[in-house]
Amino acid sequence: MTPKKTAPSTAPLIGAEQISLLERLSNAVGVSGAEHEVRKIVMAEIKDLADDIKVDALGNVLATKHARQEPGLRVMLAAHMDEVGFMLVDGEEGLYEFAMVGGIDVRQLPGKTVLVGKDHLPGVIGAKPIHHTTPDERRNAISLDSLRIDVGNGNGKKVHPGDRATFATRFQQLGPSLVGKALDNRLGVATLIELLRHAPAHIELLAAFTVQEEVGLRGARVAGYALDPQLAFALDSTPAGDMPSWDGEESPRYNTRLDGGPAIYVADQGTLSDPRLIQHLLQTAEAFGIPCQIRQPGGGGTDAGAIHKQRAGIPVVSVSVPGRYAHTAALVARLDDWQHTLALMFHALDGLTPAILDLQR
Amino acid sequence: MKPLIKKLVEAVGPSGYEGAVRELVKKEVTKLADDVRVDALGNLIVRKGKQRPGGLRIMLSAHMDEIGIIATHIDENGFVRFTTIGGVYPRTLFGGRVQFLNGAFGVISGERLESADRVHSFEKMYIDVGADSKANCPVKIGDLAIFERPMIDLGSRLVAKSMDDRIAVAVLIETLRKLESTPHEVYFVFSTQEEVGTRGATTAAYGIDPDLGIAVDVTGTGDTPKGMRMAVKLGAGPAVKVRDGGMLSDPRVVRWMSDTAEAAKIPYQLEILEAGSTDARAIQLTRAGVPVGCLSIPCRYIHSPSEMVDYSDVVNAVSLLTVLLSNPIQLK
Repeated sequence: MTPKKTAPSTAPLIGAEQISLLERLSNAVGVSGAEHEVRKIVMAEIKDLADDIKVDALGNVLATKHARQEPGLRVMLAAHMDEVGFMLVDGEEGLYEFAMVGGIDVRQLPGKTVLVGKDHLPGVIGAKPIHHTTPDERRNAISLDSLRIDVGNGNGKKVHPGDRATFATRFQQLGPSLVGKALDNRLGVATLIELLRHAPAHIELLAAFTVQEEVGLRGARVAGYALDPQLAFALDSTPAGDMPSWDGEESPRYNTRLDGGPAIYVADQGTLSDPRLIQHLLQTAEAFGIPCQIRQPGGGGTDAGAIHKQRAGIPVVSVSVPGRYAHTAALVARLDDWQHTLALMFHALDGLTPAILDLQR
Repeated sequence: MKPLIKKLVEAVGPSGYEGAVRELVKKEVTKLADDVRVDALGNLIVRKGKQRPGGLRIMLSAHMDEIGIIATHIDENGFVRFTTIGGVYPRTLFGGRVQFLNGAFGVISGERLESADRVHSFEKMYIDVGADSKANCPVKIGDLAIFERPMIDLGSRLVAKSMDDRIAVAVLIETLRKLESTPHEVYFVFSTQEEVGTRGATTAAYGIDPDLGIAVDVTGTGDTPKGMRMAVKLGAGPAVKVRDGGMLSDPRVVRWMSDTAEAAKIPYQLEILEAGSTDARAIQLTRAGVPVGCLSIPCRYIHSPSEMVDYSDVVNAVSLLTVLLSNPIQLK
């Protein structure tokens, strides 16, 4: 999309403070089902930003910022706090078999360092050294069964089956890029915190920091039911597959591209976005000269897939920050794409009125 | 009823974008109904009757949406790559034509394959919309299209795209027209997003909270050369569903529907479908659970651009539904 500037943006900016918050969120450990570290950061950040904050039975943080003028359109914004990771299954003397939590490609794992359990004990996913592998082994992918998390003998007694582990990557800013683990979806979490901070007065803002998205949108399902909004946005991160191809061919499958701005969803495995909300986002982007892209329709899904089917139905759309290498040890996103995502969502909320529900669709 | 069917099957309404079909239906039903509304996911909910003592709150569902495709990429020469909306088979596409929601047309073709007798995977197909560059391509990423095909009337048999499930939309409209009085509060739901997972019916059923649900949809047949193993055939009457891949009909509902057909001397057949499912599944699993059944219109070549039904099955489906809804219901 070619942005043409027509209105000056008054959107909040991402500065050192926001990046530092993202850094803390990225470094926190919050594998699905054990999101407490992330939840703690979120709770501390939003305690003065919302009128009502509660943690529900599954661990979702549900925060309401009331409209300061009546009647407020009830808008839900969802961002999942959890990240993909591992769970120790069995083992002894510091060597543990483990299972995946969420979708991770086993080929990413050998040789990676990890953090294990609530004390973040360092560990490594051991790999057979090249000295000991056969040419045949080197051609084939390693099976999960053959991998172990090695926490070292001394720490063996401090970890237990059921403990979760995640990549040990520490967040960094690299020029225009943000690099870290779990930026899917701490980018969305940080965006949602900023939107709460700058909530427009006419919107009844229902913020849901959700759990267990990576294992099947489980937190969003009950959050959508509880909040019962008139419409909803899911804020997430989506893969960018825009790396140059080795043969110079035009790739028809890239999902999204870095530097293309926020990715607006039309269709994924779980959701057909409401066309009125897609239009609203596209018109907002055009009005404020915010670059944006349509995520390639296809598989995958976001919290929107669970939210829209709650109760008597909820119109939804998803907006994601594009990121390369999602669900690996390090995701690479662009600061500008994040800034544009925040700006798009800020202006989209600011310009949202109940009239959107009366539009032709 | 054939002109109504033609209008409905030639309308454009892929899942999530049922607006054109909804407007057509709205025009037909507004004068016949006690209440008409559109819910949050676009379901058209049409009420007839008010619940009287002994009457039930009944939800009927026929889905307005049809399968289709959605553009994923426009290449530098203006060719459109796509993915599917709903259950589309690669073998039905090659050489077919599509119509985009914005009015653009295109032809489906594909890359040259090593072996000419292989079926193209979706990744190797593209749509040629007559453009020669990205700049003059009338289609953008995220645009939806359906498989364009006019209806043909073969006398007793009708052939069209989207008989699944516009034929049932026609059946519900005609039933509403024929239904003079009912002791029940009947909700005729023209649902959305069935082909992507009965999503519209899920939320419509929650909103209506019915005592009884009946989906009206198409089902496969076993009456073609070396076809699938199935007892249902064209022209033998509408089919009372016993089970499909996602739902077991309430046996009391199956008995009520079959007994009513016998008593009224309306031909019917029993349907056992091994795969697939309908809105009835979504209704059944709503809230604390709902007894459901499904009345099916036998249909050949489902999810191809040329789905075939027998007109007498359609007429008999209207008759059976009308009798079913006109009288008090005792499920036993």
